[in-house]
Amino acid sequence: MKNLRGTLSSKDLWSGLIFFFFGVVFVYFGRNYQMGTAMRMGPAYFPTLLGALLTFVGIILMAKTFIKPGDKVESMRYSKVIYITLANLFFAFMLRRIGVVLSIVLLVLIGAYASQKFKWSYAMPLALGLAIGSAIIFVLLLHLPLPILGQWFGG
Amino acid sequence: MEILTGLATGFQAAFTPMNLLYCLIGVFIGTLIGVLPGLGPAATVAMLMPASFVLPPVSSLIMLAGIYYGAQYGGSTTSILVNLPGEASSIVTTLDGYQMALQGRAGVALATAAIGSFFAGTFATVVIAFFAPPLAKVALKFGAPEYFSLMVLGLIASIVLARGSLLKAIGMIILGLLLGIIGTDVNSGVQRYTFGFRELMDGIGFVPVAMGMFGLGEIILNLEREGVARRVIKEIKNLMPTREDWKRMVAPILRGTALGSFLGILPGGGALLSSFAAYSVEKKMSKHGDELGRGAIEGVAAPESANNAGAQTSFIPMLTLGIPTSPVMALMIGAMVIQGVQPGPSVMTEQPALFWGVIVSMWMGNFFLLILNLPMIGLWVRLCMVPYHLLYPAILVFCAIGVFTLSNSEFDVYLMAIFGILGYIFAKLDCEPAPMLLALILGPMMEEHLRRALVISRGDPMIFLTRPISLGILIVAAIALVVAVLPAIRIKREEAFKGD
Repeated sequence: MKNLRGTLSSKDLWSGLIFFFFGVVFVYFGRNYQMGTAMRMGPAYFPTLLGALLTFVGIILMAKTFIKPGDKVESMRYSKVIYITLANLFFAFMLRRIGVVLSIVLLVLIGAYASQKFKWSYAMPLALGLAIGSAIIFVLLLHLPLPILGQWFGG
Repeated sequence: MEILTGLATGFQAAFTPMNLLYCLIGVFIGTLIGVLPGLGPAATVAMLMPASFVLPPVSSLIMLAGIYYGAQYGGSTTSILVNLPGEASSIVTTLDGYQMALQGRAGVALATAAIGSFFAGTFATVVIAFFAPPLAKVALKFGAPEYFSLMVLGLIASIVLARGSLLKAIGMIILGLLLGIIGTDVNSGVQRYTFGFRELMDGIGFVPVAMGMFGLGEIILNLEREGVARRVIKEIKNLMPTREDWKRMVAPILRGTALGSFLGILPGGGALLSSFAAYSVEKKMSKHGDELGRGAIEGVAAPESANNAGAQTSFIPMLTLGIPTSPVMALMIGAMVIQGVQPGPSVMTEQPALFWGVIVSMWMGNFFLLILNLPMIGLWVRLCMVPYHLLYPAILVFCAIGVFTLSNSEFDVYLMAIFGILGYIFAKLDCEPAPMLLALILGPMMEEHLRRALVISRGDPMIFLTRPISLGILIVAAIALVVAVLPAIRIKREEAFKGD
């Protein structure tokens, strides 16, 4: 029982599971493409081969953990992952809509919220400073094609 | 003689006021970003890459190379002053460098690192000038089977040199190869694994993946450790090493440089392995070996020379064979491709100005580093003290804008976000991202060479064993793999990577 709990939180088990998952996905969806022969390889040949290999590696990794669980996964900080990811998703989604200045403000504020030291008192000026600074450097000086005002504001 | 004409071409290409300026800017910005805690060379290069595309190819590569060794050097500054290595290859420097700093000898440690790096960089540049051309000539005769075997060797080397479990490194490589295959198949025109996304037709971009895994993933990891207090060394009194210091640093610098120059050529993380190896060599060979770990100057001189030499000679396989041996080199290859230069042995003959210009610029870059860094230490110290919660939002902005502007696509930013999550998870599971990134670049090339080789041989895989060069390469690969699996060496390998 103790061994099983060790297995469930083992780094190797989860790595194996991820490899297994990707391996199966590549083999499964590879069925839609032509296999061909070794001499004239179809588009499915190489990925199917590799996918099978990856599945196999995943299985070995997982199987090994039932004998020897190995290192345990340390605690995950999901909240940080979520804020950093959301910050980027929002930025990309809003960029053309509200323009580069406002979407950077959004990016910085959501991103900065992930820190345990977060305070509005520093985050707001930081967000504004970075947004205006980036607009000047990237758009005005480097002429990167970014909308300063988005579609919503007629930019 | 040929080398001299080559170098002359290089000097002509590199010594234009514009290129000198870009080299200087590259080195400066590289150090500037590299000094910031928690940003390694790969993330720095990835972040600044989009900005370099406005330049012509030669200038852009010169600047990127400058950014690379600038970042490498900046990383050692952070290790010495903050005890926070920017990337794995500076971990060793923290051991003695930070101890020296605590003893009030931070200035000497920084100067030693700069001097050692300059010497190593100069030597490594000569090594490149001597070895790259003959290697490129041999490589011109390579056919598809040789290239395929070479890539197998590269991937196996990156497995052997990766930290932690071999099996996981193998898994990461296969995953990388598979992700690399996503997109339009060149031979049949079939869209593979694109799941209807138009944006995936050209494949998964390397930059979003690298930025996600090295940039965002790293930010999340750093945020986890935010609570841990760190003590920054603020006072730097004396830069000049004493006479005793000079005497003690000569041999370690020479040993470190030799070791680094050699190990850097090997695929799979030359800079990283070199610094670890140089430190253990010093422990055994130096007269002061027993002082290592307690602020001995040898412990800074040797690994710093080694990782700089390694960082530079890792350009050899990149420039001559077009094969990346580290994530940074993979980024360089990506940059070359975007600039319309096809990496490989033909670069030397078809674009001598680029080939030699980059080589010569490396030496210049090292010179700039030496004269730029020591007077500017005050600025670097202040940068080291920027608290992380103010710093990382700026990194987020750079990553997001950089990735978006690469091809003006929101999709790349989404990709980056996804690979940020993956990067964090893989780090938590002790799966190294570097081999995966190498494989991502190599995936499509490998498939292409495999196909061509098997067309030549009419489907007989024995072709890889019957062609002498290919066989030789595969034997080396096999030896490397066997050696890594042997129990005695496995323990050694684990010891060598124990530093973190």
